[in-house]
Amino acid sequence: MTFESELAEGRFRIPECASCKKTVWPPTPYCSRCLGPVRLSDGDHTGTIAEFSRKDGEYFCMVEFGDVRILAGIRDAPKVGQKVGICRCGISNGDYFFEVQ
Amino acid sequence: MTRVGIAACGIIPFTRDDQSIESVLLESVVDLFEGSDADRGSVDAVLVSTNSNSKYLAPILSETAGLGPNIAHTVENLCNSGTNAMVSGYSYIASGLADVVLVSGAERYDSPGQVLEWDRSRGGFKHPIFWASILARSYKRRFSISEEQLAMVPVKNHRHARDNPNAMSKKACTIQDVIESKRVTDDIRLLECSRPCTGSASVLLASEDAAKRLSKEPVWIAGIGQKTASAGFTKSESFSSLESTRIAADVALRMAGHAPKDIDVAEVHDAFSVCEPMALESMGLCGPGGGAGMVRDMYDTENRMINPRGGLIGSGHPLGATGIAQAVEITQQLRADAGSRQVGGARTGLVHNMSAAGTSSTVLVLER
Ligand SMILES: [Zn+2]
Repeated sequence: MTFESELAEGRFRIPECASCKKTVWPPTPYCSRCLGPVRLSDGDHTGTIAEFSRKDGEYFCMVEFGDVRILAGIRDAPKVGQKVGICRCGISNGDYFFEVQ
Repeated sequence: MTRVGIAACGIIPFTRDDQSIESVLLESVVDLFEGSDADRGSVDAVLVSTNSNSKYLAPILSETAGLGPNIAHTVENLCNSGTNAMVSGYSYIASGLADVVLVSGAERYDSPGQVLEWDRSRGGFKHPIFWASILARSYKRRFSISEEQLAMVPVKNHRHARDNPNAMSKKACTIQDVIESKRVTDDIRLLECSRPCTGSASVLLASEDAAKRLSKEPVWIAGIGQKTASAGFTKSESFSSLESTRIAADVALRMAGHAPKDIDVAEVHDAFSVCEPMALESMGLCGPGGGAGMVRDMYDTENRMINPRGGLIGSGHPLGATGIAQAVEITQQLRADAGSRQVGGARTGLVHNMSAAGTSSTVLVLER
């Protein structure tokens, strides 16, 4: 079970180091601090919108989940500081995709 | 340790031509040797800077240009490949492994270096326009800068490019033209983007003795600073300043024994309009939030100090050639050989070249 295999099933799980508990992002097999093995943390993740813009009528935003940052799509006009959760994610044509609301 | 100088330069017009990477590369090398007294037999290392997937380009360039180097290989680091290759060449000379190093950069308009596939934290938003939009929005928000103020960057740089025979842009534009150009995103207009293109640029680096032998007016690499903050854009510390640029500039200026105010002329990495004021601020050429005002002042007073060749926005951005083209421009400026682009009395110049939303930066300080 990896970040990617979970993401392929539509589940967003944040990787963390099994030894030192550091969040490991972007997902890699080893912790960048202690080189320990990485596991996936459970739970609902609430993120905060740090910045956003819009292309071809569709908003995209930088979302922070603690030390994890992603670029995600969002349907309604976002605000900086707004709390969001992942509503849809996965892998499409080889690309990750994230959508928040 | 020997000083390292730029003994000769070569550059060709930047275009959208469909030309093989090997022939583009060769062209600026031909230009370099045609325009200098340097002999090809003196070259003992050849470094190629490119994001092209074509292989073994430095040996190919050596064979086709009639060079017989000991060392020959490619250097790739996305958009700052060019200055990274120059730093590698400098190191070969400073260590004594080589005496004269040809550093050539080239790219095609369809370079695979435009998207860093590894950085998947951006989901499907992989194209540089997405990070650029986040930076532009964040910068405007933090410093209360309007889109009209940012639009001054392309207005200034397209104007400068008109005096650069190798620039892709030949047309001046107004603030209104920029604002009315295609809205690529809510925060970036088409005229605010540098365009990928086909182009090449070369410099001949040499030890102090060799540089004086090969050139009547070598330009010296007095300072080098580099910082790699991360690979992924989402790891950046700030989206309204360039941390890697700040550190690289500080290191380069200290090595050269200079302060930001000593810089007479600079090429800065304006991949998108917002990058220019951010770079000026991060390098200490003005205060935080002062970059857009500095651009406006330079435009109003026809001061060409920043991006005299038109920067990336005016010249085009052939990734692997860009850093070297920037160094060619500053070398010409310091030799008072820049024609109608000349910044009067320039003695100390700076090159700022960065990759992937400023996750890594190189700064070079050049001196006459
Ligand atoms: Zn760890």
